Amino acid sequence: MSKIVFQHPRSLKHNIFHYCPGCGHSIVHRITCEVIDEMGIRGITIGVPPAGCAVLAYNYFDVDMIEAPHGRGPAMASGIKRSLPDRVVFSYQGDGDLAAIGMAESFHAANRGENITIIFINNAVYGMTGGQMAPTTMLNQRTTTSPLGRKQQLDGYPVKVSEIFSKIGGATYIERCSVSSPLHVNKTKKAIKKAFQCQIDGLGFSMVEVLSMCPTNWKMSSVDSCKWIDDVLGKEFPLGVYKDEIAALQNEAEAPA
Amino acid sequence: MSGNFVIGEAAIRAGCRFYAGYPITPQNELTEYMAEHIRNAEGGVFIQSESEIAAINMIAGASAAGIRVMTSSSSPGISLKQEGISSMAACELPGIIVNIMRGGPGLGNIRPSQGDYFQATRGGGHGDYRTIVLAPASGQELADLTMDAFDLADKYRTPVMILADGMMGQMMEPVIFKKPKPRHYNEKFMLRGAGDGKSKFIRGLLLDPIDSEEHNWKLFRKYEIIKKNEPRFEEHRIADAEAVIVAYGTAARIAKGAIKRLREHNLKLGLFRPISLWPFPEMQLRSLAAQVKKFIVFEMSTGQMLEDVRLALQGYADVEFHGRPGGAVPTPAELANVISKICDKRD
Repeated sequence: MSKIVFQHPRSLKHNIFHYCPGCGHSIVHRITCEVIDEMGIRGITIGVPPAGCAVLAYNYFDVDMIEAPHGRGPAMASGIKRSLPDRVVFSYQGDGDLAAIGMAESFHAANRGENITIIFINNAVYGMTGGQMAPTTMLNQRTTTSPLGRKQQLDGYPVKVSEIFSKIGGATYIERCSVSSPLHVNKTKKAIKKAFQCQIDGLGFSMVEVLSMCPTNWKMSSVDSCKWIDDVLGKEFPLGVYKDEIAALQNEAEAPA
Repeated sequence: MSGNFVIGEAAIRAGCRFYAGYPITPQNELTEYMAEHIRNAEGGVFIQSESEIAAINMIAGASAAGIRVMTSSSSPGISLKQEGISSMAACELPGIIVNIMRGGPGLGNIRPSQGDYFQATRGGGHGDYRTIVLAPASGQELADLTMDAFDLADKYRTPVMILADGMMGQMMEPVIFKKPKPRHYNEKFMLRGAGDGKSKFIRGLLLDPIDSEEHNWKLFRKYEIIKKNEPRFEEHRIADAEAVIVAYGTAARIAKGAIKRLREHNLKLGLFRPISLWPFPEMQLRSLAAQVKKFIVFEMSTGQMLEDVRLALQGYADVEFHGRPGGAVPTPAELANVISKICDKRD
């Protein structure tokens, strides 16, 4: 008897990814689709892709999707989720989308405790527009708009989204992961599953931040990009669970009145 | 009921079940009315958003989910919403945007104004699109046009703007709410999860220029149908008129007062009141030029609808203008005085 141990996820369309070689988006797309399959939620999931490299996510995710204007994903997802509370609604966003132009929408969706999930790709640059400085760009990191490196006096500091969002009352589950190695990919998949389950259980706002490779704009090889996440980016943005109120909220719900 | 309340009640009766908004004077009573009342309707959702930008994107999301949606604001806030209005037009999402205009530009002031005519009728945001714009001039019309706006938005799958001003929003008039029409909106346009079927997507980004051009022509063809089918206007004391005032909204009410006074002094004046500002009732106005050789445009602005009037009349009649911008509201007596001078000067 043979057993299928690896196959193309049902929720992932059979299109060739347009992403650059070594990019983390395709990995996160795939594991998210695997989670959707494993949870059996393809038919009730609605995704909101951002402006950015993932703008064409609807070419890959075989779930209902609506593209949001730059940064507005969490507002749009809030509108969908409040209208259809029994659907699983996620917003897929990059660092510029979430932490610059869409900071207000993301922050306040979290603060309202919107029962949605944000999958947040942090690759420390604006990828699609050609590698400009992002809110999460490292100090001294060279980009096309910080040619001498990011200087805190002029450009401010890398924005620590998971740390900040963990202090927001309405947020239930915040974890920072990475896709720099198979081990981390598996951890990210588990985190996305946990976030979706948090939403399905009606426990409120969840976000998974994923440190993700951008070899093209980092001007590194794919292997070096993974290493850079482990050695450099991951030091500035430590991996881990930043907030997890899931168990507490479940206990609260089960406790006798 | 105050005008702002009327819009809210009419919207709920028309089946609006999702409202998002941000406080701004002089439309706050509408947001407050929705906060209190929309939740009483089954499935009704109210969100006080963190910004106008968030509000328009929230209603876009709810609209995609197949819900009847509305947001409201006043001039500076409507500028912020333009990104989302353009996006809704591109994605063909129905929705109602209420603009209770105040003085501008910039923060301007909180007095009634009509300075947003260009913004409303020329799309307002980026790109080649239009929104249907309805301009009520009474409490009753606030009720009727709000209900109609939902039907038009669904019919043409496009954002519809109710363009009123602080005077309309704040004044009180008795109103009878008509029976709303049943909603006809095809489920195939709704994004509610794929179920066992094929997944759908809604997008405004078309990277291939051939696709993008065709999408623009598709929208254009839709706008041409709207231009043919949906112009609305009122004619007042036109039959024997020798000169006609063209005004909308609050300005049209002031004009009616001025006409009444001037007719007592044997000036044969009438009023042409566009109710739909886009589509502008240009053919209907042009046909009047066979009978009337002088038109006086009156707006609470420095002259914006004036351009549409000139385009419609194509030089077949004289066009004069009187305006008060920046939140100034003339009395009927003041307007009557100005108009009698305009008529004396030329006759």
